[in-house]
Amino acid sequence: MLEALLVMSLIALALGAVLGYSAIKFRVEGNPLADKVDALLPQTQCGQCGYPGCRPYADAIVSGEADINLCPPGGEEGIQKLADLLGVEFKPFGAGAEPKPKAVAFIDENTCIGCTLCLQACPVDAIMGAAKQMHTIIASECTGCELCVAPCPVDCISMVTISENVENWKWKYPVYALKSVPPETTSRTPV
Amino acid sequence: MTEYLLILVATVFVNNIVMVKILGLCPFMGVSKKLEASIGMGMATTFVLTLASGASYLINEYLLGPELSYLTTLSFIVVIAGIVQFTEMVIQKTSPVLHQVLGIYLPLITTNCAVLGIPLLNVQANHNFMESIFFGMGGALGFTLVMVLFAGMRERMEGADVPGIFKGSAIAMITAGLMSLAFMGFSGLIK
Repeated sequence: MLEALLVMSLIALALGAVLGYSAIKFRVEGNPLADKVDALLPQTQCGQCGYPGCRPYADAIVSGEADINLCPPGGEEGIQKLADLLGVEFKPFGAGAEPKPKAVAFIDENTCIGCTLCLQACPVDAIMGAAKQMHTIIASECTGCELCVAPCPVDCISMVTISENVENWKWKYPVYALKSVPPETTSRTPV
Repeated sequence: MTEYLLILVATVFVNNIVMVKILGLCPFMGVSKKLEASIGMGMATTFVLTLASGASYLINEYLLGPELSYLTTLSFIVVIAGIVQFTEMVIQKTSPVLHQVLGIYLPLITTNCAVLGIPLLNVQANHNFMESIFFGMGGALGFTLVMVLFAGMRERMEGADVPGIFKGSAIAMITAGLMSLAFMGFSGLIK
């Protein structure tokens, strides 16, 4: 009886020592999966997903709170990459979350009062200007996130859609259309 | 060397732990929906089972002996639980995506009856240390083989035109049964 107790305690002690040591040795800093998800997000920090930035959205995806189809700047390609990484099915954008046509912000320079509120709102520092000076948008840096539109007290910022013209047109990525096959034909084909 | 090869062939094909001994069905049905997850599960189980059969041989031979043989099941469960915890830490460190995909099935390797069954069969068959390890590894490789085959078939069945009442688990059970029948063809391969 005593021998049995001794043997079991010995096993438990040895296992406890091994597990305690490996808990220190294999400690995981932060959340490595959230890092990988974060790397796939476009880092526009635009908040269109409903989270304060890309990193909080990545954390929410990993913890299962958020769906993978909430990031309009990432586009369908971004959803596909997230689906591949996480091993889940591809999900199209939900209603209201579809990517809008590419646009940049435009400041009406006649109305701008130089309050610098939009400068603080811009996540990518695409607005140039100083206090009491007229501001302007650096169009090549603007991601079209619309975060500067709300804070402007005089409503001088508007979103201008970039239409396709000869200068910025480029070949589309190849897309192969999938045809739906009626079920009668599939069941008759020999496997 | 030949006898180890024979043990491997015998455990992988002739006495396959899932198809012939009908052990370890929980992960077999649970983690076989996606091919990658089933490969990951197979690898994790192989790691656990090989370590567990070696460790349990040592415990049975040097700690328990014939007079404490009533402790075999109890001590094996403790050792297996410890090794599974260790494996979980290693996987979380090395492959966070796999950790996410396997989810609850990773700690559930503890309750996989194949993992307890093989050390107990080792004791029953009086295997020595190397034989125990090869028996454990062979059993786990057989498990992995069947998991991968079954996951491949289930992925194909997603696109098949299955009658309504057979959809989902029902057709999976039938497939498992047919696979088990097919594995009966290996019996008599080794006398």
